[in-house]
Amino acid sequence: MDYFLELLIGGLTRGSIYALIALGYTMVYGIIELINFAHGEIYMIGAFTALIVAGVLAMSGMSGLSVLILASVVAVIYSAAYGFTVEKVAYKPLRHASRLSPLISAIGMSIFLQNYVLVAQTSDFLPFPNLLPDLPFLANYVGFIGSTEFIIIGTTAVIMVLLTLLIKFTRMGKAMRATAQDRNMAMLVGVNVNRVISNTFIIGSALAAIGGVLIASHVGRINFYIGFLAGIKAFTAAVLGGIGSIPGAVLGALVLGCTESFATGYVSSDYEDVFAFVLLIVILIIKPSGLLGHKPTQKV
Amino acid sequence: MSTLNYTKYMEGMKQAVVVSLWFMFLTFPIMVIRVNTIENIIEWRWMNMLYIGAGSFILSFVWRKMSGRGISARKESIGAQGGRKFYLQRLVSEKRLSLPALGIVAVIALFFPFVSSIYQTNIMTTALMYVVLGLGLNIVVGQAGLLNLGYVAFYAAGAYTYALLYHHFGVGFWLALPLGALAATVLGVLLALPVLRLQGDYLAIVTLGFGEITRLVLENWNEFSYGPSGISGIPRPGLFGMEMDMHEATVYLYFLMILLCIITIFVVNRLQDSRIGRALLALREDEIACQAMGINKTMVKLTAFALGSTWAGLVGVIFAAKTTFVNPASFTFLESAMILSIVVLGGTGSIIGIIIGALLLILLPEYLRAFGDYRMLLFGIIMVIMMIFRPQGIVTGVRKTYEFHTEEK
Amino acid sequence: MNPILEAKNLSMNFGGLKALDRVDIDVLPGQITALIGPNGAGKTTFFNCITGIYSPTGGDIFITPSGGGRKKITGINIHKVTENGVARTFQNIRIFPDMTVLENVMIGRHCRTEAGVLGAILRDKGTMTEEKAIVARSYEILKKIGITEHVNLLARNLPYGAQRRLEIARALATDPFLLLLDEPAAGMNPQETRDLEALIISIRDEWEISVFLIEHDMRLVMGLSDSVYVMDYGEMLARGTPQEIRQNPEVIKAYLGEDVSA
Ligand SMILES: Nc1ncnc2c1ncn2[C@@H]1O[C@H](COP(=O)(O)OP(=O)(O)O)[C@@H](O)[C@H]1O
Ligand SMILES: [Mg+2]
Repeated sequence: MDYFLELLIGGLTRGSIYALIALGYTMVYGIIELINFAHGEIYMIGAFTALIVAGVLAMSGMSGLSVLILASVVAVIYSAAYGFTVEKVAYKPLRHASRLSPLISAIGMSIFLQNYVLVAQTSDFLPFPNLLPDLPFLANYVGFIGSTEFIIIGTTAVIMVLLTLLIKFTRMGKAMRATAQDRNMAMLVGVNVNRVISNTFIIGSALAAIGGVLIASHVGRINFYIGFLAGIKAFTAAVLGGIGSIPGAVLGALVLGCTESFATGYVSSDYEDVFAFVLLIVILIIKPSGLLGHKPTQKV
Repeated sequence: MSTLNYTKYMEGMKQAVVVSLWFMFLTFPIMVIRVNTIENIIEWRWMNMLYIGAGSFILSFVWRKMSGRGISARKESIGAQGGRKFYLQRLVSEKRLSLPALGIVAVIALFFPFVSSIYQTNIMTTALMYVVLGLGLNIVVGQAGLLNLGYVAFYAAGAYTYALLYHHFGVGFWLALPLGALAATVLGVLLALPVLRLQGDYLAIVTLGFGEITRLVLENWNEFSYGPSGISGIPRPGLFGMEMDMHEATVYLYFLMILLCIITIFVVNRLQDSRIGRALLALREDEIACQAMGINKTMVKLTAFALGSTWAGLVGVIFAAKTTFVNPASFTFLESAMILSIVVLGGTGSIIGIIIGALLLILLPEYLRAFGDYRMLLFGIIMVIMMIFRPQGIVTGVRKTYEFHTEEK
Repeated sequence: MNPILEAKNLSMNFGGLKALDRVDIDVLPGQITALIGPNGAGKTTFFNCITGIYSPTGGDIFITPSGGGRKKITGINIHKVTENGVARTFQNIRIFPDMTVLENVMIGRHCRTEAGVLGAILRDKGTMTEEKAIVARSYEILKKIGITEHVNLLARNLPYGAQRRLEIARALATDPFLLLLDEPAAGMNPQETRDLEALIISIRDEWEISVFLIEHDMRLVMGLSDSVYVMDYGEMLARGTPQEIRQNPEVIKAYLGEDVSA
């Protein structure tokens, strides 16, 4: 039972990180139907920025929670700025091109950003300081969850609630939903579609940065390549849940995280990543639109 | 008139300043600061900021000029099949120009291995392999419009077929070649069957997953594929039992690839304007209308996957023979992305375009080696820029034209 | 005369919406039959059910090709419907934009020919004969339709009216016994509409293909049709000759209203 709980917590932790990245994929896809391959790199850049800021602060004698907060804030700002710029440079000029063009542009962007960090920083793995505070009270009440896991799951949950509120109730959220439903219609009723798309990239990138800081603290090391697998996994999660659907991305991410955790725990750790993709393929074959996606009724 | 020019100029100036400030801000932490956690020092590379600022200032002007042109180029391409043509396009479509060009290419191809080093011949052989891979993937993506991001799996199937058959049974290259192609074809159909119902991006992600699964299985199933270290000692292709030294073997493989390229081009070209080729195109253009024309969508998709993966299997066998060694690291997603980029950059549906695309994409990073670490960086940029300024690829496919004599009135 | 197309009790629900509600329709051979009704009445949905694009939620569809026996085609695959001799055009033009005009029509011959991959590569005599026949027949159809100058043009570059005609040509190339046209005159100018009328009549009389069309242009429908069905809110309101429909008070009330005398 303890082992089961341990795996469950591990799965939820993993799933939370996937969820933070998957949201960016799903929101962008919902609005411009693009698989933003560079999104994983945005997350990587978030982690790197946090590492740099934390390093500078640590060497100037700062420590504790203030480092975490400052590093996270700067990482979020920078990831958002990168997301915004990537959209403006690599996708916006292609808005009316065929579907493949932006996809290739995204792949190019992804290769570029990886190598940009490689060249400007290093190709080695860098140790990432554990910025997340220790929560000693946890040990007294619940033995099976560490503070890092607790913080990751908790932070993600709070962010999900905030995002849901943002999308449900703010003007910007409404504009985003309208654009996702029908871009031309939204344009006709006066929604500034360009701004909506920019906002989507900014929000998605900011979330990815938070994921980047959390996971880097958890795992303890990063390099320029971490965005790739995380990106693919998160995209898998988004598709699993039904791409374009925000609750779907979260559900898909948690299901994916838990599947990986249980499969590695009970079956074999060698095939950790295989389980993720097998799960994806099985679900898509049974329910091609994903867990929470609804089949678009194609009108002819 | 001059005031208009002046305001325009000022506008560009203002934009350039904003852009350059923005990029200086954007690249600040990653380009300027480097934290060395081991020695506990921070490097501040302020010069980088200067370079970025100046570079983006200039590029802003270039971009402004180019994007005006890019849009007009796009408009032009709509009028293709008639209308003004890109010079490469003319080279391809006018016999008067294309025949001599073909002759020159043939001569260069014939003498290339004799005037260049082993190293360069090897690279050229690799580029030719990608020509075939590109043409194969083009059947699936360019013609049938099925976005396949796991094409590398079929490539791996061919390579491992030869490696394993040799390892266990001592099967030689020439027998492994058709068997590798067959293995890839079967794998292609096996993949196509479950994903037939999926469309567009769902198909893309499932094929991506499939490619990754293949690689991960090869990496972890030690008893079957000998894990990450792979299988080595695979023999090069033989020629009637002749002994060949390294140089001869390289040249031989080069001509083998030239031959395979010619065969591929021949086959793909014939397919393109056949009943099956048209059905693939119709599927890409409009799935519903295609079916309403009495075309069995399932059959067409299976055919596309099977036809596409066969080539990957063939090249896979040659790859194994060329490197004499296979391991899973050669079959990553980046490989699929590279082949897809060849298809899209070259111009989906255009044979010449894909050949040029393959040569560019494979040779460019090699010759960009002079740029050291910057080569993949440049490669990424070039991909983005190509898509923005010429999204239809280097050469757009030209459809066959038919002549009719309108005798009766 | 036995009907060549029969819909019996055909229903189609989308969620709660009854797009078709127990519809009965017969199409007689050698006739031009029209289906009219206000926007959203369910006309296109009816075509989609017949051609296998939607699977009807209730009822049955039968065809009786001139040579063969009566056959149930409810819910079969789209391409099977075409193979069985029922071809269609679409309300929103769905030509293959990046193929040439001639190729668009050649695609229509696909289901009546059989060259495979091997034939394509080897170009044996059988394949080449078949290919020549495809080209010749497609050109012949284009000639009858009146698009001969532009055969090598990409279909996307055709003028709008010609695109609509091309879609008809493409459907004809599948050798149908019944042609379904979904608003063929939509967006056409008066001259193009008159040409279209002549074309539809020649399809019936010279090609001996029965036509079933959805159309909003009342003058066209009334002048052309042998029999007319009127649909509203997914239900069949009336059927009869154009004369009868014009005088049917229910129809006038529901649909034609002010428009009938025009
Ligand atoms: N795929 C679909 N999903 C949901 N509703 C549909 C679909 N296709 C048609 N409908 C609905 O069915 C009704 C009839 O549509 P349609 O057959 O296109 O009308 P018509 O062709 O007579 O103008 C409309 O209310 C339309 O919105
Ligand atoms: Mg309609």
